[in-house]
Amino acid sequence: MNFIILSPVDIAIAATLLILNAALSIFLRLRLEKQMLVAAARMVVQLLLMGLVLKTLFNLDSALFTSLTALFMMLFAGREVMARQKRRLKGWWSYGLGTSSMVFSCTLVTVFALTTQVRPDPWYEARIALPLLGMILGNTMTGVALGIDRLLTGAAAERSAIEARLALGHPRAEAFGNVIREAMRTGMIPTVNSMSAIGLVSIPGMMTGQILAGVAPMEAVKYQLLIMFLIAGGTGFGVLAAVLVGAGRLTDQRHRLRLDRLRASSD
Amino acid sequence: MLVIRGLTRAGLEPFDFDLADGECVSVRGPSGGGKTTLLRAIADLDPSTGDLSLDGAARESMPAPQWRRAVCYLAAESGWWEDGVGAHFPDPDAACALLPEFGLAGEALEWPVSRLSTGERQRLALARLILIAPRVLLLDEPTSGLDPETTELVEKLLRDRLENGVSILMVTHDRDQERRLATRSLHVENGRVSEESP
Repeated sequence: MNFIILSPVDIAIAATLLILNAALSIFLRLRLEKQMLVAAARMVVQLLLMGLVLKTLFNLDSALFTSLTALFMMLFAGREVMARQKRRLKGWWSYGLGTSSMVFSCTLVTVFALTTQVRPDPWYEARIALPLLGMILGNTMTGVALGIDRLLTGAAAERSAIEARLALGHPRAEAFGNVIREAMRTGMIPTVNSMSAIGLVSIPGMMTGQILAGVAPMEAVKYQLLIMFLIAGGTGFGVLAAVLVGAGRLTDQRHRLRLDRLRASSD
Repeated sequence: MLVIRGLTRAGLEPFDFDLADGECVSVRGPSGGGKTTLLRAIADLDPSTGDLSLDGAARESMPAPQWRRAVCYLAAESGWWEDGVGAHFPDPDAACALLPEFGLAGEALEWPVSRLSTGERQRLALARLILIAPRVLLLDEPTSGLDPETTELVEKLLRDRLENGVSILMVTHDRDQERRLATRSLHVENGRVSEESP
């Protein structure tokens, strides 16, 4: 493979575009320049750190450290899911619901891909496993966050409709059906949309990366297809788990709507 | 007969009560005093403790949906889960036969819910509930948005149900209505329930 190695100077030249943007922000009084520079600085530090971590992990070749890193990534994703919710469940549920759904679906799909399709040797090889997990996790996170948010706001907004059904003796699964379906649809739509736009509107990042690294386009396409299917599967299972478990938490054995398990609305 | 022993939950003091078949009992008291809380607790829509039974069968011995079809609660504000009225009536023929008794035409089933007036919503929600033939009706201000003529229609229908052995526990602010329908009256204030002569 022949790929062009970038020097720090090349990156510095690209960074001047950001400086230019910041200057424009000052000139137009957008007051965005500080945020822009802080975000850029964070990006540089975070990515450099990640490069270091990955480099170390690749050299270590340890199943333990690779899985610890994977867990760390998923726990962070859980925090992000929680932060994106307008309404939250009380107690540990607000963090635990999204996190456990992602741990479940992303682990399942990543291990499935590593053991049956990509098959590196050993199967947990960090160089393959972590980037794969990262891509699946990033998309699952978006879906799970949207699904949970829709479920919780939907349950509160549709309260009188849900309770009318419960009062008429409908079981909770039926009474909650509309909200559950709507939440699952909301969580899945970004993935469906990205599958239909891919290749027409956008050349996906991973495929771009492989092509830049000298991989033949058709080989890069095959990888991209694989990833997209994994992402769709991971998002689907994650949203399903989060929405069903969440709906269970908002109801109880006696088929009651338990909005008392939601925290008071913050806005 | 509905038998209640020691029913309690947050905002409601322990409460004993018997409701005989064909009996209508009114519930009154200041707003926020616990009238709705009481009705919801009986229907098992909020967690509560105490021994409740209907015709000798304990509430906890049956699945909650089965209890609620027998001891059915009608909220003051009706809820709708589909766009069309008809989707809320599983048996359209039975609905068409019943609606005229509420002063509504059968074609109401083809209307969108968004077009209904408050009074129409209230009557349709009551019709929806009557159609599942509960043994006990827990009604939260069932005629508050109705004009005198339709109120009379609804009261006639409720009297019909009472004659058929259905029992009614009804929140109402209308003293005349209370005199027309109820034989006993409950007063709920600060979560304390006491019996009063009507």
